[in-house]
Amino acid sequence: MKAFATLLDRLVLTPSRNGKLKLLADYFRDTPDPDRGYGLAALAGTLDLRNIKPALLRELVLEKLDPVLFQYSYDYVGDLAETMALVWDDGEKDDTTDEEQPRLSEVVAMMNSLGRTEVRAAVRDLLDHLDPSSRFAFLKLATGSLRIGVSARLAKQALSDMSGKDVTEIETLWHGLGPPYEPLFAWLEGRAEKPVLATPAIFHSVMLANPVEEGDLEKLDPEDYAAEWKWDGIRVQMSSYGGTKKLYSRSGDDITGAFPDIVDAINFEGVVDGELLVGGTMRSNSPTRTFSDLQQRLNRKTVTSRMLDDYPAFVRAYDLLFQSDEDIRTRSFFERRELLGEVISKAPHDRFDLSDLVAFSDWQELDRLRVNPPDPVIEGVMIKRKDSPYQAGRLKGPWFKWKRDPYNIDAVMLYAQRGHGRRSSYYSDFTFGVWSETPDGEQLVPVGKAYFGFTDAELEVLDKFVRDNTVERFGPVRAVRAEPDFGFVLEVAFEGINRSTRHKSGVAMRFPRIARLRVDKLPRDADRLSTLTAMVEAREA
Amino acid sequence: MKPEALLHPTAAGLFCPIGRFHVDPVRPVERALITHGHSDHARSGHGKVLATRQTLDIMRIRYGEDFCGSEQAVGYGESVDVDGVTVCFHPAGHVLGSAQILIQRDGLRINVSGDYKRGTDPTCASFEPVACDVFITEATFGLPVFHHPDPKSEIGKLLTSLKQFPERSHMIGAYALGKAQRVIRLIRDCGYHEPIYIHGALSRLCDYYRDQGIELGDIRPATLEKKDPDAFKGAVVVGPPSAFQDRWARRFNEPLIAFASGWMMVRQRAKQGGVELPLVISDHCDWPELLETIKEVGPSEVWVTHGREEALVRWCELQGFPARPLHLVGYEDERD
Repeated sequence: MKAFATLLDRLVLTPSRNGKLKLLADYFRDTPDPDRGYGLAALAGTLDLRNIKPALLRELVLEKLDPVLFQYSYDYVGDLAETMALVWDDGEKDDTTDEEQPRLSEVVAMMNSLGRTEVRAAVRDLLDHLDPSSRFAFLKLATGSLRIGVSARLAKQALSDMSGKDVTEIETLWHGLGPPYEPLFAWLEGRAEKPVLATPAIFHSVMLANPVEEGDLEKLDPEDYAAEWKWDGIRVQMSSYGGTKKLYSRSGDDITGAFPDIVDAINFEGVVDGELLVGGTMRSNSPTRTFSDLQQRLNRKTVTSRMLDDYPAFVRAYDLLFQSDEDIRTRSFFERRELLGEVISKAPHDRFDLSDLVAFSDWQELDRLRVNPPDPVIEGVMIKRKDSPYQAGRLKGPWFKWKRDPYNIDAVMLYAQRGHGRRSSYYSDFTFGVWSETPDGEQLVPVGKAYFGFTDAELEVLDKFVRDNTVERFGPVRAVRAEPDFGFVLEVAFEGINRSTRHKSGVAMRFPRIARLRVDKLPRDADRLSTLTAMVEAREA
Repeated sequence: MKPEALLHPTAAGLFCPIGRFHVDPVRPVERALITHGHSDHARSGHGKVLATRQTLDIMRIRYGEDFCGSEQAVGYGESVDVDGVTVCFHPAGHVLGSAQILIQRDGLRINVSGDYKRGTDPTCASFEPVACDVFITEATFGLPVFHHPDPKSEIGKLLTSLKQFPERSHMIGAYALGKAQRVIRLIRDCGYHEPIYIHGALSRLCDYYRDQGIELGDIRPATLEKKDPDAFKGAVVVGPPSAFQDRWARRFNEPLIAFASGWMMVRQRAKQGGVELPLVISDHCDWPELLETIKEVGPSEVWVTHGREEALVRWCELQGFPARPLHLVGYEDERD
């Protein structure tokens, strides 16, 4: 438990990705089985641990501590698990040695074997035998909220760093294995053969594309590539085998329950990759509807029949990973697509269609098609190497996404906040605003926040402006001068824009970043909120 | 005599009307008794100042030659008569020269403990419990959440991080008086003998500690001869915490910010301050030490000065020690 607790303590406060990877890889290398496997599961969200209710924890701590003193402590710390971890010793000095503390695997085994009536005493006893840092780790695990900024993907990357094995290989295996992952570690350390998966009816990590960047395409022969429209829905995977039918999001969340219309229509065995959309399939000759319509169906556990009628869902198929139980991921994109076409042609025509290929002879032609797509729900093109195997993860080279140009506005810097890590001495997080008519006249209203897109040299300029023009401070945040004739204009680029009830301005941008510093412009030249609302309306139209 | 007749709080700080002196006054007064050299306790501009030799020296370093009208040095354990009131200084274990001040008259003993800690610290004399009727205690860390671990295990975290991230400059935030020197000494005692670089604000106090016989090893100024961030690759740099948010910090290679403070016990505090490596090292008592000291001294009354008074008063009441908060203002409870 101690090693895992120490890891958590460091991860919580380490903002840089490389720093996290180093800490994780060291932990996986230095910690014995099966503890590291449970640690991995806890980080990747696959650990199954009996849950403890906060109410029980409160009762336990109040057996030991005066309620008034507990309340003072809780008010100060603000987090129940952390308060518990810190006050548990009360007036005693902690004298737990690292060796005396139970191991993570022992804690998991013990917690999962308890009868309902045994929980209280077992948790009390465990807390007595852990030091404050391990208590915190245990309480976070048992209350089910780790929240330390580590994704499953990052944990897998650390496994790759530690072993030298390719992360896509780890991804391919991942969903077929479970805690404590001993066969996985044995293979990573070269002590055993690669583990073999039992059934294909699980989620398989998806293959992702890289954005096309300056100069990428010139190096590539258009002959080697095929193109498809990039639809603005959500990426999904359908997995069907031996009567089990599942629908997963691209991160592996099981969303079967929310889409009975699709799942019930599955009449094939295998694993299909595609885009979840609402509206009608091309085969049924009805239009594909917008992302905002699709949102009506997202983030729901169940769905009403009214919803099913008003927002019918379908899948536009992109790829085939398994044909029945045969893994065909190593075959070429064209071969897989041919097999996919056969599967989809026999599937219900109102729920499934095949993503069209876009014919093009050179990159200029594809560029023209990308900028003027035939359907408003298309957000660009996908470019796939004809001979590419299906490899989990985001590899540079086989697949690209080439979106329509991002949106651009000129906005005014309103607030700046210091960054983290390498940037902790710089003001590098910027809140920006645009002009809007308010009861108090024309005002700059905040519309978003951006903290990348600029170069190191530009950051020096931005930071200097903030330090020289601060008008007010709120903790780590500074308000800067922003008047019609004095201020800093930023050209902000973003990927998309939606209505938002959460933001005061009523709009929310996707992935805003600072594209250029417009020192040539004055705040009075910046855009107006109406420009942004027009963008939303154009999108919805 | 009622204790309040011998000593009571005023706007300027604790005041003894019989001896006509203040203890750690927060504004200039005629006669001041000073417990230790931290700037919120030891201010300049008083008429007469009575303190330990080291505290007087530290005040001179910080405020210059004319920091007061006249000074009088007192040794630990030495009794001095101030207008019919006997005062005696005892070690407080807080920083070099820090003292508790025992104030006696007609058999009534009030002990102003100032800031104090109970853990071992090779850079200053250890706290001595002093029997008294009224014990005046700080409560900087007066909440059950505060438990300060063994400082050497905290330094162990730093040494581990230096091995894990050998390319990054490890910047340790530590207050200039006491904490900085203690941290440097702890690092040495844990077997690290590379040069340690210090911010300019620390240099005169580090020199003074060394003059007083406290070994700090090879310490060098963290100034930049050439504009080369690699010069501090993997180095340990100690400076006041405020300096790390300043342009000064840019000269270092991928700085990893550590902060040596009792506040680092609470993760959210560390996170808000942008600290990557919290080192829980405090020059104040933690909760168990506060309770242990009150039980050991066994006073008939406890007065609680600055910090989290309400929780410590609550505990005293539950234990049967009459207690009251003094609500003194002007002491920064953040300093540690």
